[in-house]
Amino acid sequence: MPGRFLPRPDMSLSPIKKVTGRAVPVEGDDIDTDRIIPARYMRCVTFDGLGEFLFRDIRQSSDGKPTNHPIDQAKFKGSTILVSGMNFGCGSSREHAPQAIVRAGFKAVIAGNFAEIFFGNSTTLGLPCVAAKKEDLQALTQIISSEPNTEVEIDLEKLQVKAGKLSFPVTMKASAQQGLLSGRYDAIADLLANLPKVKELAARLG
Amino acid sequence: MGKTLFHKVWDRHAVGKLPDGSTQLFIGTQLIHEVTSPQAFGMLRDLGLKVAFPKRTFATVDHIVPTDQRVEPFKDTLADAMIKELRKNCSEFGVTFFDIPSGKQGIVHIVGPEQGITQPGTTIACGDSHTSTHGAFGAVAFGIGTSQVRDVLATQTMAISPLKVRKIEVRGKLGPGVYAKDIILHIIRTLGVNGGTGYAYEYAGPTIDGLSIEERMTICNMSIEGGARVGYVNPDEKTFEYLKGRPYCPKGKDWDAAVVEWRKVASDPDAIYDDVKVFEASEIRPTVTWGINPGQGIFIDEAIPSPEELPEADRSSAKEALEFMKFKAGQKLAGQKIQVAFFGSCTNARVSDFVEASKFLKGRKVAPGIRAIAVPGSQGVSKICAEMGIDKIFREAGFDWREAGCSMCLGMNPDQLVGDEICASSSNRNFKGRQGSPTGRTLLMSPVMVAAAAVTGEVADARKVFAKA
Repeated sequence: MPGRFLPRPDMSLSPIKKVTGRAVPVEGDDIDTDRIIPARYMRCVTFDGLGEFLFRDIRQSSDGKPTNHPIDQAKFKGSTILVSGMNFGCGSSREHAPQAIVRAGFKAVIAGNFAEIFFGNSTTLGLPCVAAKKEDLQALTQIISSEPNTEVEIDLEKLQVKAGKLSFPVTMKASAQQGLLSGRYDAIADLLANLPKVKELAARLG
Repeated sequence: MGKTLFHKVWDRHAVGKLPDGSTQLFIGTQLIHEVTSPQAFGMLRDLGLKVAFPKRTFATVDHIVPTDQRVEPFKDTLADAMIKELRKNCSEFGVTFFDIPSGKQGIVHIVGPEQGITQPGTTIACGDSHTSTHGAFGAVAFGIGTSQVRDVLATQTMAISPLKVRKIEVRGKLGPGVYAKDIILHIIRTLGVNGGTGYAYEYAGPTIDGLSIEERMTICNMSIEGGARVGYVNPDEKTFEYLKGRPYCPKGKDWDAAVVEWRKVASDPDAIYDDVKVFEASEIRPTVTWGINPGQGIFIDEAIPSPEELPEADRSSAKEALEFMKFKAGQKLAGQKIQVAFFGSCTNARVSDFVEASKFLKGRKVAPGIRAIAVPGSQGVSKICAEMGIDKIFREAGFDWREAGCSMCLGMNPDQLVGDEICASSSNRNFKGRQGSPTGRTLLMSPVMVAAAAVTGEVADARKVFAKA
């Protein structure tokens, strides 16, 4: 897939400095990668179509009926920012999880904090993950639940989130922030540039 | 000032700093499997890239393989497409593939050590979070996503920021019937499922020194369940003994030279750690999880806590867990009926796991109505168990003895829970839906506790069940 999922053929990427859009709350702590995309939907050889399976098991009951999950509620349709709790993305290293999030139309995640591998996988795809304090998350959830049309803005330079009158600071690992702001969040081009040095080191290590 | 193993290995493998401030880290060995690699090969093709060091990558097939009938094409056409894709990719890019007919296939984290590919002092990466298992040999091993699998294929390096190092020291003697699985479940329960975020865990102390290599693998395996991406144990004589003579290990003089180097890689006695936590082995008892994350565990003689008595941060998750599991606070798990017993996974499907449980299963029968399956971690494990007659003991007890794979740990193949079945499982994750049924309920425990649950049909204290063994 071109564009946002892969560096362009010349491997350049556009910087990501701001994400704006409506937001949907997916409440709870420890939302693990099995919940984001259950393993049985990873029987595939490309990432195409994974958006459909995002949160599959909690959006449908075991008999296939919709559970009225926030993502499926009319008032949150078209949201591009996910808001969740602590330890978001814990569990497996499957990139299928952030791929499913991106392919379902999301452009950023705001949560209490993030599991490490998930965080790295997301940033590499240009999906910023910013961490907020619990009380700020609660306030944000309240605003977007009562006023789903509120435009939420994540400023990645200032590391600040705005939603209506609400404004609060967020945090993000410096190298990830730097990568997004400079359009180097997918490291492949930088890694390839050093291939001669890599070969020297490989020879030394044996 | 001394250095930790983590820092020694990191410094040796650092190519340099990248523009975003992270480190370009050389990866000595990459392991790949059918689930997280096909898209990486697809990206290489899209970008017109080659595999830079094909001899440094090894593949096997584990997640999707059926464990009952292995004739291709597999009934599941999606799974069949995945194994064929991996075969094609390995052949096209010159990567060694431990395919089913090789006799070397198995769960990637069991195959690496078995083949002697996993060695002290190196860096290992694999598109699987349980890659930390390889740390049991004193390697620094990272679970990575598919874009990073691509990076390592294309450059044998990846971008990563250094971790802090927490020493987890375990002292004293383990009680009878208490195993490595209980140690790690207890550590995760105590430090939290995200307590290790940003850290590499160095497991040390007399109790860890006293464990076998396979037991150390069980502990390192579940580092990620505690939030730590990396877990390791300093290499020692047991490590070298385990590796000697394995197919991919150095031989003769090269072996002697390698051991000299491997000894040097261990953390220095005066190494500085970012944090140290101490555990007393004698305080650890057989542990079973009651909830939907691996930190929600209790000793077998304890009652499920009420959310109110837990730290504030754990309450909402505990409430959600009680509702999902249909358990009540104050309830004991001992006596809880089960429907399924799963003996397998990269956590506990090595020869020593089967040998230990077989001592107790011999002459006993799985309780009526219990679906009990035993899935060796690799074809190598399967072969040794057959030579020792271990498979026969499991079969005679009423276990369904299967072919090697990940199986019901994550239910990507036909081995899945049905409805809200309760499964006593030797695996590593009890997340909602993990074992293939959205409402399935997983209770994590040691393999011997799984055996005890299988023969009694309920969660039971193996120390009592097998008291006469």
